[in-house]
Amino acid sequence: MTWSSIIIAGIITYFTRMTMVALVDRDLLGERIKAVLAYVPSAVFPAIIFPGIFINDYGTFIEMNDPKIFGAIVAILVGYFSRNVIATILSGLFSYWIIIFLL
Amino acid sequence: MLTKKQLLTKGLLSVAPHMFSVIPFGIVCGAIGIELGFSPILVYAMSIIIFGGASQIVFLQLLSGGASTLIAVTSVGVINSRHLLYGAVLSEYLEKLSFVKKLLISYLVVDQGFAESNKFFQKNKNEPYLHYHLLGSGGTLWIFWQLSTLSGIILGSFVPEEIGLKFAVPLTFIAIVVQDLKKLDHVIVMITCGLSSLLFFDAPFKSYIIISPIIALFVAALVLRLKK
Repeated sequence: MTWSSIIIAGIITYFTRMTMVALVDRDLLGERIKAVLAYVPSAVFPAIIFPGIFINDYGTFIEMNDPKIFGAIVAILVGYFSRNVIATILSGLFSYWIIIFLL
Repeated sequence: MLTKKQLLTKGLLSVAPHMFSVIPFGIVCGAIGIELGFSPILVYAMSIIIFGGASQIVFLQLLSGGASTLIAVTSVGVINSRHLLYGAVLSEYLEKLSFVKKLLISYLVVDQGFAESNKFFQKNKNEPYLHYHLLGSGGTLWIFWQLSTLSGIILGSFVPEEIGLKFAVPLTFIAIVVQDLKKLDHVIVMITCGLSSLLFFDAPFKSYIIISPIIALFVAALVLRLKK
């Protein structure tokens, strides 16, 4: 039972990856849709970022003085100016750790 | 012109920083599966068959919490439906591949690989072997996902919860979109998506993960119209 549901879930997931790449002819998409698709990263990733910062493990909102907010602000500033992915991630993690372990 | 090998290496290196979130997340994913009482083979098989971190964890949590398999499978489908958007974006660059190659490379389309390869594609539209970049980024993520879920299954969660490495996940995605904060239209789209995700966080089947991008893309369409 669990096995068959994993396999079905796997097939569905594969179809979400494959359909637009292999089955849908790109020419079917109009110019306007193509222009909107340029926003896909900006339209998708905040749905991972915001809950990852503002909602805790128990599904409730964090306090406004939560160290994750500070870490995220540091990461955004460092990322914005350094243009460096590693620096962005590490500055966020370290500033978060400094608050939870040292303060 | 870059060789296939150079593109593969560039793809690999582009996702290397994201291992800060992929590896701990994979370990947690493997360890949670065992903690919830599933067999090690089953938990590991998911990393090959589904290959999608958040959806794997949700799937196991739902099943162990007594949800029906229909609900668990539906949730996986909803969470992973965002790949449809990635595919639509990537199709432009993968157009020339044979059908079989398209079928094979699709398996490797995941969040961070899509994000980094898409950035590279935008700047290097005319390279003939572009797909090797995606092969490098997606392949690297695949290998490290397999290794990290496996170690989580075998060793349990050896990364202590207190150090809060889960926070690396939003940081990774901040690193991906942060340069787009320079463009007002992108900022509007990002804020729309982020606020929607908090608003719809409790919607069934974790559907906030696809509802908020759809809302944000509608706003993007509006912004485009206003720009003209």
